[in-house]
Amino acid sequence: MPHIPLDPNLPGITGILNYRLETALPIRQLTHLLLRGDSTLTQGERELIATVVSYGNGCKFCTAAHTAAADLLLGEKETAELVKTDLLNAPVSAKMKTLLTIAKAVQVSGKNVTPEMISEAKAAGATDLEIHDTVLISALFSLYNRLVDGLASVTPPDSAFYERLAHILADKGYLPSENRYAGLKT
Amino acid sequence: MPHIDLPKEYPGIRSLFVFRPETAAPLNALVQTLLHNPHPTLSPGERELIATYVSSLNNCKYCATVHGAIAKHHLHNGDVVQSVKANPETAPISKKLKALLKIAGRVQLSGKEVSPADVDAARKEGATDIEIHDTVLIAAAFSMFNRYVDGLATWAPDDPEVYDRMGKQRAEEGYLTPPFKIQPQIKN
Repeated sequence: MPHIPLDPNLPGITGILNYRLETALPIRQLTHLLLRGDSTLTQGERELIATVVSYGNGCKFCTAAHTAAADLLLGEKETAELVKTDLLNAPVSAKMKTLLTIAKAVQVSGKNVTPEMISEAKAAGATDLEIHDTVLISALFSLYNRLVDGLASVTPPDSAFYERLAHILADKGYLPSENRYAGLKT
Repeated sequence: MPHIDLPKEYPGIRSLFVFRPETAAPLNALVQTLLHNPHPTLSPGERELIATYVSSLNNCKYCATVHGAIAKHHLHNGDVVQSVKANPETAPISKKLKALLKIAGRVQLSGKEVSPADVDAARKEGATDIEIHDTVLIAAAFSMFNRYVDGLATWAPDDPEVYDRMGKQRAEEGYLTPPFKIQPQIKN
């Protein structure tokens, strides 16, 4: 049961963001910029960063939601599965492997990012902006994962829920919109 | 040395805000709403203490020192800031704030560490739903800010006077005004 009264029709982060709209708006704007804004990384690649961080934090709701979003954007399920469990053998570019390694370090602590990790990313062609955005996406999901679990929001058990949510994230992005969650209902 | 090419005349998160103004806007809007704008029950000083405590637990020198300085200027009391950093249990603060800082400390480790007993203890001291929400969100937000600042190896000044000036500016102006340059002016 959530630690504060949240809308029972809006599980996970959705009810938390609806609980306090003033603080939710800048979080939504930041997420939309980082995951859907112009970038040399694809939307699918950026959802993979969100996925590995949420997985590292053991946040079931966020991991399932962003895995489903990555699957939908990439058009297959293997990549998201492997970046979580076997990054070295995941079918992503060498550059993405170095960025996901940085993201996993940030998930534990910002101080865990080493100059070697940065050199490897730059050698694989990562730009300063890509490194910046990788660190900030990882930091942002360190926020989300704590918010979702720290308030004990509900984690739906059925994978169909996350597929419905992924369609909202892929079609509408992260900004507030009218009847945003209408598609969550079965 | 920072991991990416950042403007040298701004320390900590300020260098990142100059590097990427697009992401700086919502990040500043978030702290402005969460820490500075009027709140039904928690003073800006109390909210800054939560930010300071979490940053201190994460050993983020820049964030812990600057938010400690902001808290000091709001509360007109530097000793209470030092006591909270050392041990909130024995600090001269309300029982409710102690209970909220305990929740913040749990969130710093992991959201899963917050137990129903922690939340009940806070409610027993009068904490409201919004106070519990905001405490969790402040702790989660500083888990983000601390990682952002240290994950890109931004530089942190050593001079306490610099932090005091930054703290005074943010306590008075909030988070939406431009920062002052640290070098070379401060050395003049």
